[in-house]
Amino acid sequence: MAAATMGDEADFGPLLLEAVSLTKRFGTTTANDRVNLRVAPGEVHALLGENGAGKSTLVKMLYGALQPSSGSICWKGRETVIPSPSAARELGVGMVFQHFSLFEALSVADNISLALPKSRTGRDLPDTIARVSADYGLPLDPRAVVADLSVGERQRIEIVRCLLQEPRLVIMDEPTSVLTPQEADQLFLTLDRLAAEGCAILYISHRLEEVKRLCKAATILRHGKVVGTCDPSGETAGSLARMMVGADVHAITAEHRPSTGNTRLALDRLDLAADGPFAVALKGVTLDVKAGEVVAIAGIAGNGQGELFDAISGERTTKPGAVSFDSVPVGNLGVTARRGRNAAFVPEERLGHGAVPGMKLSDNVILTRHSATPGLVRAGFVNEAEAKAIEERIAKAFDVRSLHKNPEARALSGGNLQKFVVGREMDRNPGILVVNQPTWGVDAGAAALIRQALIDMARGGAAVLVISQDLDEIFEIADRIAVISRGHLSAAEPAAAMNRERIGLLMAGGAEGSHAAA
Amino acid sequence: MLRLDLIKRPERSRRMALLSPLIAIGLTVVFGAILFAALGYDPAAALYVFFIEPLTSSWSLEELAVKATPLVLIGVGLAVCYLSNSWNIGAEGQLVAGAVVGSILPVMAPDFQTPLTLPLMLVMGIIGGMMWAAIPAVLKIRFGASEILTSLMLVYVAQLGLDWLVRGPWRDPAGYNFPETQMFSEAARLVTFGESRLHAGAIFALVAVAALAVMLARTLKGFEIKVLGQAPRAGRFAGFSQPKMVLFTFLVSGGLAGLAGISEVSGTIGQLLPTISPGYGFTAIIVAFLGRLNPVGILVAGLVLALTFLGGEAAQVTLGISDKMVRLFQGMLLFFVLACDTLILYQIRLRVGGPAREAAQ
Repeated sequence: MAAATMGDEADFGPLLLEAVSLTKRFGTTTANDRVNLRVAPGEVHALLGENGAGKSTLVKMLYGALQPSSGSICWKGRETVIPSPSAARELGVGMVFQHFSLFEALSVADNISLALPKSRTGRDLPDTIARVSADYGLPLDPRAVVADLSVGERQRIEIVRCLLQEPRLVIMDEPTSVLTPQEADQLFLTLDRLAAEGCAILYISHRLEEVKRLCKAATILRHGKVVGTCDPSGETAGSLARMMVGADVHAITAEHRPSTGNTRLALDRLDLAADGPFAVALKGVTLDVKAGEVVAIAGIAGNGQGELFDAISGERTTKPGAVSFDSVPVGNLGVTARRGRNAAFVPEERLGHGAVPGMKLSDNVILTRHSATPGLVRAGFVNEAEAKAIEERIAKAFDVRSLHKNPEARALSGGNLQKFVVGREMDRNPGILVVNQPTWGVDAGAAALIRQALIDMARGGAAVLVISQDLDEIFEIADRIAVISRGHLSAAEPAAAMNRERIGLLMAGGAEGSHAAA
Repeated sequence: MLRLDLIKRPERSRRMALLSPLIAIGLTVVFGAILFAALGYDPAAALYVFFIEPLTSSWSLEELAVKATPLVLIGVGLAVCYLSNSWNIGAEGQLVAGAVVGSILPVMAPDFQTPLTLPLMLVMGIIGGMMWAAIPAVLKIRFGASEILTSLMLVYVAQLGLDWLVRGPWRDPAGYNFPETQMFSEAARLVTFGESRLHAGAIFALVAVAALAVMLARTLKGFEIKVLGQAPRAGRFAGFSQPKMVLFTFLVSGGLAGLAGISEVSGTIGQLLPTISPGYGFTAIIVAFLGRLNPVGILVAGLVLALTFLGGEAAQVTLGISDKMVRLFQGMLLFFVLACDTLILYQIRLRVGGPAREAAQ
């Protein structure tokens, strides 16, 4: 289908898209500084860079969602202004976002027809969807309701919606971050086929291995500037990372071995009802984390990770014995009482859950430590000097960078705020540490710092539980690995005995039922 | 094409937090002048009568403090509520409930005249306001009912209840059938300063301002209020309870409104009448926002809003301007205060042409 529209290829020379010296300024910061980008038809082109390097800004300009401050975009050899996303779609630029924009209560066909021009939404649309999706190896039932679909299937809707607009360039923002390894492999086949038909793909990903496999060209951004172009298939993941970061990335040092220490955190047949129509119920979750080890829970987003975190942190309570800290049942205790038992928690959502956006960092220190750190609150009065001292200590130890001292949480970049919320809990030197997505959206340098700190904390005698969607991260830090799928947790196995295929199968539901009998 | 773009600031602007109420007052005066001109009055003269003249005599300065007293008392309580993201709109009803419960002693036991009488009345007034405020709080906690609607509707229930009392069971037997209770005895009257109408309620207001300023700025409770107001999820993560906070803030604001009510009755009026407040409980909402939900700011804002009441009376007497003008001024002020608050988190940029998209970033 895409190939049929590529007939005029010869008319615009070898390049489909050329961005020349694109610059975008927000106030005093320059998000993109004279960026050049050249994409040929049929090319899978990787856009690499750390968080905040300017990748999102660049693709938003190409998709018409932002206007460049200066510079130009040539589309098929002709200088073009893209005033809006609908104009971009008109030209043939499609985009698949990292975060889906779907109505959960509507069917697949309804969701797709909402995005198409009126002339395309005829009665045959469901058939067209079924045909195109089967054609590209992305089977979809047009009549299925979105709420019932897995994340991978939801992404297919976004991709098919994009394909129906017959694009010549598809921009994909971190498409595999929500997929199992098997689903990701299927996506790569689809992308290969699209490219073979002459459609260009601009591919944003942090996963360097898949970039190496998929892409024949890459543009690397650092601090808003292009620092190089290369053919990823001729590079190693290490050399790509070095180009992105501009320095060697600290290698994690850890021998992974199952610990023989005492069990510090235990979950025993933990059940938790779903608290909303699209929430996940936990079913018989059983796990123990010993002193001295890092246990990681792998899984695709939305399989009960948030609920599990809430049940362990005490934001939601259960029957007493379902959660135990150091052999003491705490399931019925609230979050403050659990912190009082030397446990610390870092939630996935930094702004609004782990930190109050409009409050200074020193106040955000009080948020989780008001009752756990002696001297911070005396007779109901807050000791602000102490809070500021702790904030400075965290900022120093975890390299939290900000424009001025003690800023509001929302003024920090995502990576720096993550370093702060992780550092805030580690600074307490807790015996039990539970972290949900420790390095979500954090650049490679900071991620290495956080991962090393997690390992060091465990080796110092703490029990560390990490919930993560990033398999590279999990293999880097975990001593044992369990997989969560639709509220079921597989038994934790030594990391050495696990591989990606096995985890992928467990993610797809292989563990379900194994606890149902218990 | 000329357009205004709103551009989000990275952090709150401290300068704008101070300036925005002043800008709002300025805009209100400008639009007030236009309104006076449209009504056929000389705007300069009308504004003088409305806003300057009341400040020129010692009598009216005292009167300003008398009217500011309930506004400040209620306003600081509402600020605690609003900071925690609970919306008590029914302070007027809690004021009435406080006045009624506080008046039980002087009306039903007029002979009970001891040094204890007045303190008991004040305590009962506070309890009355608290009980009235507890109703919407419990409905919200238990059933998720919107406290905005329930607290507002309870205002009319309280007002009609008062009306029934003074026309029915509590009517003064020696009062020639006027709808009013008997005058309170000296022992049931709040102390006044010398010959003036200014009563000890003003001191309660100052104490409330100081106490709540300290609570909000220095204590863990104040921190809890602000966290739950700004980020409820983070508040839960901190171990704070939203339902308990709803009850706490409603009891504080209701109690202070009740204290304002019994102080009005016992200090300024001296008996219960069908109407004991010109809408202090509603005006206090404006006071709370004009004062930036900050107790000290509310003290200043209470005086500003008291001025509109006084100025309205003066304008009615001197120029024959309808007293509805007061409500209009207060409404405009609230409107501009809320609009100008946008400036704290956003910059306004004037631009000619160009796409609007980036404003959303």
